[in-house]
Amino acid sequence: MATLGNYLIVSGLLFTIGFAGVMLRRNIIIIFMSLELMLNAANLSLVAFSRFRVDSAGLPNYHAQVFVFFIITVAAAEVAVGLAIIVALYRARQTAHVEDISSLKY
Amino acid sequence: MSSALPWYVLLLPFVSAATIVLLTRRNGGVSAFISVGAALIGFVCSCVIFASPETTALELSWINLKPFLDVPLGFILDDLSKTMLVLVTGVGALIHIYSLGYMRDDTGKARYFAALSLFMFSMLGIVLANNFVMMFIFWELVGVSSYLLIGHWFTRDSAAEAANKAFLTNRIGDFGFMLGILMVWASTGTVVFGELAGQMSNLTAHPGYLTAAALLIFCGAVGKSAQFPLHVWLPDAMEGPTPISALIHAATMVAAGVYMLVRVSFLVQASAPALTVIAWIGTITALMAGLIATQQNDIKRILAYSTLSQLGYMVMAVGLASGEAAMFHLFTHAFFKALLFLGAGAIIIMLHHEQNIWKMGGLAGKLRVTFGTFLVGTLALIGCPPFSGFFSKDTILGLAHEKNAVIFHLALFTAFLTAFYTTRLVVVVFFGKARSEEAEHGKEAPLVMTGPLLVLAVPAALAGFGFFANKFLHLPHLEGEGNAVRILPLAAMLTGVALAFFLYRKRETDPIDLAILRRRFYFDELYAWLIHATQYSFARIAAFFDRWIIDAGAVRGASNATFGLGSLLRLFQVGNLQAYAFLFGLGIIGIIYLTVFS
Repeated sequence: MATLGNYLIVSGLLFTIGFAGVMLRRNIIIIFMSLELMLNAANLSLVAFSRFRVDSAGLPNYHAQVFVFFIITVAAAEVAVGLAIIVALYRARQTAHVEDISSLKY
Repeated sequence: MSSALPWYVLLLPFVSAATIVLLTRRNGGVSAFISVGAALIGFVCSCVIFASPETTALELSWINLKPFLDVPLGFILDDLSKTMLVLVTGVGALIHIYSLGYMRDDTGKARYFAALSLFMFSMLGIVLANNFVMMFIFWELVGVSSYLLIGHWFTRDSAAEAANKAFLTNRIGDFGFMLGILMVWASTGTVVFGELAGQMSNLTAHPGYLTAAALLIFCGAVGKSAQFPLHVWLPDAMEGPTPISALIHAATMVAAGVYMLVRVSFLVQASAPALTVIAWIGTITALMAGLIATQQNDIKRILAYSTLSQLGYMVMAVGLASGEAAMFHLFTHAFFKALLFLGAGAIIIMLHHEQNIWKMGGLAGKLRVTFGTFLVGTLALIGCPPFSGFFSKDTILGLAHEKNAVIFHLALFTAFLTAFYTTRLVVVVFFGKARSEEAEHGKEAPLVMTGPLLVLAVPAALAGFGFFANKFLHLPHLEGEGNAVRILPLAAMLTGVALAFFLYRKRETDPIDLAILRRRFYFDELYAWLIHATQYSFARIAAFFDRWIIDAGAVRGASNATFGLGSLLRLFQVGNLQAYAFLFGLGIIGIIYLTVFS
């Protein structure tokens, strides 16, 4: 039987992988995907918290699950906006590498 | 009986000036006609006002902020102002006529007459004003019109500079005047002369305050009446046309200061220290100007210093607490000094603008009318009985004898000096041989110029007699006048005349040469040095402040601080997306740490 700790370890691993991707990868699309991974790591931990926090009637706490739905919805909107920005950026600069996008540097 | 007549007298010259400036500026003849007409009508109206003792003027409300401040547009019509009214319009009208001859060929004739009308307007405003605020406004207007007229020939640098000097020197005095008015108003809550007299208890309760206020008001008179130490502008003001010197810088404008002091004599006389200061300033001015006049060579400058000296007498009389005596001398002086200046003007214009007395000579036979009238003016000036100056000067000397022995002796010495320099002037200009080409061929001036001379000679000779003077003024009755007081001025006068006559008869050049007097006690040099020293050091301090505190500190300091802060913050802008994200993450961790663990 998997415990809450096991779920949280998986969630932490996913988050770390996502964070490492954001930090280390150069392709903006990969960074974006890593970002989504981090969001889903957070979702996983929220669902785990919900599953393991039961009240006296044996029902889980649904607040966290509702929260996850919100995150998924917002993430969908974010993906739509983010991808659109990336496409526009690519059209303007012909590149998807973050190192090439540094015109705001002093 | 309330009447609008004083308003007409006041506004006629203003309308004339406005008409000339707006409509007839290009036509000198018409402008002159308008201006002279306004002056003549003004004189007639003034005579009517003078003859009807019950006249009161319409009063308009102007600034009404009761109970703090109430400034009406009102006139004061008492013996004092009526006398001045007749004097100003009378002498003014004569000088308007004289100007027709003097300024006949001047290209700026219209401008000249417009300014002359403006001056009449402002001067009448001072005479008629029944409150300090109105008087101050007209006071400044007089300054402006004087500036315009001194600088009439503004293409000459000396005239432009003299105009500036006159205006700026007057402004110094006016500033004090304004402060004095404010002090009086702050204490009594009114600026109307009639109400002030009833509110004196507020002022007399604080003698120090009262003295300060009286002396500040006297400052205005020092500037306008060219008393020591602000006397330096008047001799330079002779750069203006001679009729201007006669009207403004001898008969009327410079008398405004004395008139104002007499108008507020209740205020001045309430403070004994202020009276002492005023009396001594007058004495110093009279003496100093008399000394300087003995060594001047420009005919108009001699007369200018003589004016200063006589104004000193008037201020002395005010300081000796007799406004009546001051007004009496003002009254006679206006006639004979205007006469002398107009005579000098006739000489100057007939000698083609030659003003050096050592280039004249022998004019007695050639300019007979001018000589005759000039002689009348001279005799009045030196106080020879029975000419007008004798009576008025005698009154002041008698007063001085009664009040202060030192001042009396100094005034006596000044009377000697007056006789000396005036006789010197007459002897050098009219007697002996002609010393230049122009003087050889001098001709009498036209009637339009000699006419006013003849008319002015009458009051210059007669204005001192009781029947004439008492009609206008209420003279003080001096008690216990000894024979010494009567004889001493006469002796001083005769000594002066005799000395000058024998010293200067048949001379080609000046036998006396005193640089200190010729250079006017180095006042101009002293002031130039003082201004240089104070103004330049002040300017240097201001420049330092501006350069190092304002510019370097406030302006560039602020910009440099912003710039420095900006370049510091700019170090974070590495341009690497992941670095930003990393810092962002660090920030989040920091916030979590703070919220969870502390």
